[in-house]
Amino acid sequence: MNYEAVIGLEVHAELSTKSKIYCSCTTEFGGEPNTHCCPVCTGMPGTLPALNRKTVEYAIKAGLATNCTISPFTKQDRKNYFYPDLPKGYQISQYDLPLCKDGFVEIETENEKKRIRINRIHIEEDAGKLLHGEEDNNSYIDYNRTGVPLIEIVSEPDISSAREAKSYLEKLKAILQFINVSDCKMEEGSLRADVNISVRPKGSNHLGERTEMKNLNSFRSVYRAIESEIARQIHVIKSGGKINQETRRWDENKGESYPMRSKEDAQDYRYFPEPDLPPLIIKNELVERLKKELPELPDARKQRYVSEYGLPEYDAQVLTSSKELSDFFEETAKQSTNVKAVSNWIMGDMLRILNERNLEIVDIPFPPSYLVRLITLIDKGVINGSTAKNVFDLMFDTGKDPDNIVKEHGLEMLKDQSFLLEVIEKVIRDNPNSLDDYKKGQKKVIGFLVGQAMKATKGKADPQILNQILIKRLED
Amino acid sequence: MQITIQDIEQIALTAQLELTAEEKERQLEKFNKLFQDVEVLAQVDTSEIEPLAHVQSIKNVLREDLLQESLSQEKVLQNAPDQEEGMFKVPKII
Repeated sequence: MNYEAVIGLEVHAELSTKSKIYCSCTTEFGGEPNTHCCPVCTGMPGTLPALNRKTVEYAIKAGLATNCTISPFTKQDRKNYFYPDLPKGYQISQYDLPLCKDGFVEIETENEKKRIRINRIHIEEDAGKLLHGEEDNNSYIDYNRTGVPLIEIVSEPDISSAREAKSYLEKLKAILQFINVSDCKMEEGSLRADVNISVRPKGSNHLGERTEMKNLNSFRSVYRAIESEIARQIHVIKSGGKINQETRRWDENKGESYPMRSKEDAQDYRYFPEPDLPPLIIKNELVERLKKELPELPDARKQRYVSEYGLPEYDAQVLTSSKELSDFFEETAKQSTNVKAVSNWIMGDMLRILNERNLEIVDIPFPPSYLVRLITLIDKGVINGSTAKNVFDLMFDTGKDPDNIVKEHGLEMLKDQSFLLEVIEKVIRDNPNSLDDYKKGQKKVIGFLVGQAMKATKGKADPQILNQILIKRLED
Repeated sequence: MQITIQDIEQIALTAQLELTAEEKERQLEKFNKLFQDVEVLAQVDTSEIEPLAHVQSIKNVLREDLLQESLSQEKVLQNAPDQEEGMFKVPKII
């Protein structure tokens, strides 16, 4: 029997407000332990929370950007649990009246667009960070993160594979970055995902028992954890077993998950309306103002790259996958007359170099205008394509502009016909068989000889002139 | 509605309380008394009444997104029963 997976994601994103959700401590990442804390976020008796206006506005923006309805009336609730990551003994969250409801985002699957529905987006406070002693029997707590504003985005179980889950997460990340409400740095925990997974016979309408996987803090973890859990569940069912509804913890190093003890999983949060915070009436004027403030979203940008710049759908998709990348492309494209080349350079060599050197867009040591200049140098025939690749590498090494690099290293294309003829004569002398081969009709020696001549000129020969001279020489 | 000793045990568990048999009995009695009172309340027709979100009629109390100085690490840890390297130290909980 074939099985299919039914997957839903709960995504937590830290909002990039300056101060925490209920107090005026900084939300900055890191810092010495317990130095971003005050009586409110450490839950001292007698303190009262005061809601940060920006938290509400950012959450509404996230809701609008994901096609949600914004609730005109909303409140906050207490979620009670005992775990020392929250000093109060409860987390302020939202229960039955979330700020945003019933939205969706679209993802690209192999052959179609797919709509992933969003059940709700609510606001809540982040918890502190626990370190567990390796050798001793203690845990250590840093409350700096406690009270950093979060939105939790809960999807409907519309996702059917690890790949779709990754696309969905990438889309959410791009949207939240574009609207500037979260930096979405998974490595710093500002974007995290919990995954609900069940499997069922393909085509069935019945939902299988589901498990929840926590502790996923990279795209890779999400992908691997889902693949692993789908395989595990199918294996259990095929061998006659039963899936237990349980929470499992993903171990990225071992590449497997294990069930958390049932005590940890005793989910009775005893929610009740937060008595320290009055409800919120969200006026239409506020929603309309925030709607006007929304910038162009990734999907719209993608469409524009296709229609305005004539880029292939795939290129447009990659270029709009992050705000930084898209902004860099846009800045470069605006100044260039050869947008297709800009796209190719960014999609190809630039992403490769960033990847190899483990750099982010913000680390690029030169402005977009330098890439424009590099492309102009190629288009004007000052340097050839392979030299340009070296120049681009040197731009990353030094941050210098391409004109200077070309001048400094003497990289201009060699166009002098008599010089290039000399080079060719030498290459033919060194490879006497190739001339005979050519005469026997083996045209592919041309490629070989061009390669040798290029090598001899350190890649600087004008390929067109070189080709012409070579063919003329061979025909003689 | 009558509640049982099992309900009391569940409530105690979620509140992380350890109760003796005698305490459980006493709580059962108290809870059942409380439930009787609630059942009187439950007879009131509330079909025309909006659920209560807050006991006061205030709404939309918000503060601006401004920073103020946090406490020193020393102050934050002042009441901690145990600490190490600037962190609260508690029995291991995973």
